[in-house]
Amino acid sequence: MANPKPEELARIEYNPPKTGWMDTPTVFKPGIFPYGCKPKSLETVSFPNPRSWSVKDEDWKLPENWQEIFIEGLRERVNKYRSFRLFLDICVRCGACADKCHFYIGGGDPKNMPVLRAELLRSVYRKYCTTSGKIMGKIAGARELTIDVLKEIWYYAYQCTECRRCSLFCPYGIDTAEITILARELLNLLGLNIDWIAGPVANCWLTGNHLGLQPHTIIDSFDMFINDLETATGIRVSPTFNRKGAEILLVVPSGDLFADPGTYTTMGELLLFHELGLDYTWSTFASEGGDFGFFTSNEMAKRLHNKIYEEAKRLKVKWIMGGECGHMWRVWHQYHNTWFGPVDFLEEPVSPITGTKFENTKSNKTVHICEFTADLIKHGKLNLDPSRNDNLIVTYHDSCNTSRGMGFFEEPRYIINSVCKNFYEMPPNTIREQTFCCGSGSGLNASENMENRLRGGLPRANAVKHVKEKYGVNMLACICAIDRAALVTAVDYWVPGVGVTGVHELVANALVMKGEKKRTKDLRGEPLPGMEGE
Amino acid sequence: MNLEALLSEKKAAIVKKWFDLIIDNYPSDSSNFFKKQKDRFLNPVGHTISQSIDSLFDEILHGIDSEKLFPFLNDIIKIKAVQDFSPSKALSFIFLLKQAIRKEIGSDIKKKQISDELASIESHIDDLALLSFDIYMKCRERIYEIKADESRRMMFRLLQKANLVCEIQEQESDLKSKTVLTQNIKG
Ligand code: SF4
Ligand code: SF4
Repeated sequence: MANPKPEELARIEYNPPKTGWMDTPTVFKPGIFPYGCKPKSLETVSFPNPRSWSVKDEDWKLPENWQEIFIEGLRERVNKYRSFRLFLDICVRCGACADKCHFYIGGGDPKNMPVLRAELLRSVYRKYCTTSGKIMGKIAGARELTIDVLKEIWYYAYQCTECRRCSLFCPYGIDTAEITILARELLNLLGLNIDWIAGPVANCWLTGNHLGLQPHTIIDSFDMFINDLETATGIRVSPTFNRKGAEILLVVPSGDLFADPGTYTTMGELLLFHELGLDYTWSTFASEGGDFGFFTSNEMAKRLHNKIYEEAKRLKVKWIMGGECGHMWRVWHQYHNTWFGPVDFLEEPVSPITGTKFENTKSNKTVHICEFTADLIKHGKLNLDPSRNDNLIVTYHDSCNTSRGMGFFEEPRYIINSVCKNFYEMPPNTIREQTFCCGSGSGLNASENMENRLRGGLPRANAVKHVKEKYGVNMLACICAIDRAALVTAVDYWVPGVGVTGVHELVANALVMKGEKKRTKDLRGEPLPGMEGE
Repeated sequence: MNLEALLSEKKAAIVKKWFDLIIDNYPSDSSNFFKKQKDRFLNPVGHTISQSIDSLFDEILHGIDSEKLFPFLNDIIKIKAVQDFSPSKALSFIFLLKQAIRKEIGSDIKKKQISDELASIESHIDDLALLSFDIYMKCRERIYEIKADESRRMMFRLLQKANLVCEIQEQESDLKSKTVLTQNIKG
């Protein structure tokens, strides 16, 4: 045989083999998977199989009867959740969802096509829960649950941000996010959570927030905000904590209490509510709106969510206001009522400033801070000077959870348009229902899986890049704490030169307050437009 | 007709071949998508590669001006640096241009006896590859830097509270500056 020419060699090497998905082994790549959970985190919440283990090790230290546990767990959930069984049964593999996932679009790994991601678990379901799969095996798309299959399910369950973009395009309404949610729940039966989720869950169970901040630490954090705000405005705000009898309990994601730039959103909220003289309280117990339990299991989500209502009951507030958070709202909107039904010990929320009844919140008595603020602006209750944001050319990212999880589109846009003069939308097929995920949701915003996060963030960042080039956009507004952490990173890599902000930071910059000093700096301590020399 | 004229004339075919060869590096289920989806917002990978190699091709014809080439190379390599490629595979796209040229106009080159000129174009392509190594390394370093920056942002308030960061506070607004704190967190 003649020696192959260089081009031929190159062809052989360059082109990946064409094998069917079941026969293409999954290789775990650093930069893609998050670290495994620590035993302490599982022990704290009494979850099974706490032990030290590493994803990179051959032996994941599973219980001997792990197959049985997994398959029994699968059968139980298939019987319990009709939607789950339906999603597993009715997929016709039409492929409409295939190219809708940001991880697939940005990375090109076929198993990140939603249809294949679901098929990883669906094939096991067929084998153990359907007659055709039991009898015909591979021909019917069924396969045994081997250890490699389990590991593959794990690898791709933690490469899905549960964003639901794919479900928007499925003619049958199959929600692959729900399949991932249940795959993770099954994996948790074997102690196969990731550190970045299990740690915050344990913290939240112990202290009320993901970071494990204790009351004095939270209050110290606020002291810093109060000082910084006084420097910026000359006004000293005086928030209250755990105050019984306050009208409103405010719950925000704890990320906004310590991580920049989320902290400026909290500072914005402090200023706004001070200006209104709102009768509200923070809680150092219900100090977390987010719920990483939701990325673990239905039961854990419920356990963590519960504290907000326990606290509302204890403090005897009338209603609850929720801050700028993503999955907190998905939980409130889609799961809360199933768990607890309508809340009977709170009042139907009414804005004390405008008298508006928030009828949409009749059941769970919780108002989104953007609904509240948009209503204030609509009623002319705020003195706003949008020119203070003239240095900003803003676009808006719809968080997957608030958009696809609850259909919340107009209020944030209305607020942004009221507090700044330069607002430009990203292309229509990348916003609102069709918004692209930040690439780091559902507990995947760890550091060790950064390459995967960046792949997932590419479609979003690509649309940001477009508006930056076309309109000079330099600020990306959002109403989600994970976005505020993760988009800064994604944008830094893909579109350097664009900042990230919460909506209430923009509000506070534009807010003209009674008795304020001449404002020369924004909340970040940077000069307001026209004040550069001051 | 010299080679440059020939390359210009056949640009469309060569660039298309080059694009196809690059995209064939991806698993077949994905390469179909990267090739077929024409909406730039629904297919940033395919779009970026096709736009950038189009511009790269024009630049190569006129010699190697690294400043002009940088943005196009950077856009592609940034993507490759986070995908499932070893460094050599990530950068193989440069060399695939040689293949594309030979495939599309190899016989014309022989006929017209302008292989010498081809050698000079190929050496431009080699220069491009060297430049690409630098960019690839920068992208990989950038990934480590943004990880460190992210940890710093996450903990900044807590460290500030513990009086650990008073001295470097002034540099905080400048994300590009690598402060002592960043180093400490990482190592
Ligand atoms: S839910 Fe989102 S991340 Fe998961 S498969 Fe669908 S599009 Fe991808
Ligand atoms: S769009 Fe729906 S039916 Fe079609 S492959 Fe995807 S999940 Fe299956």
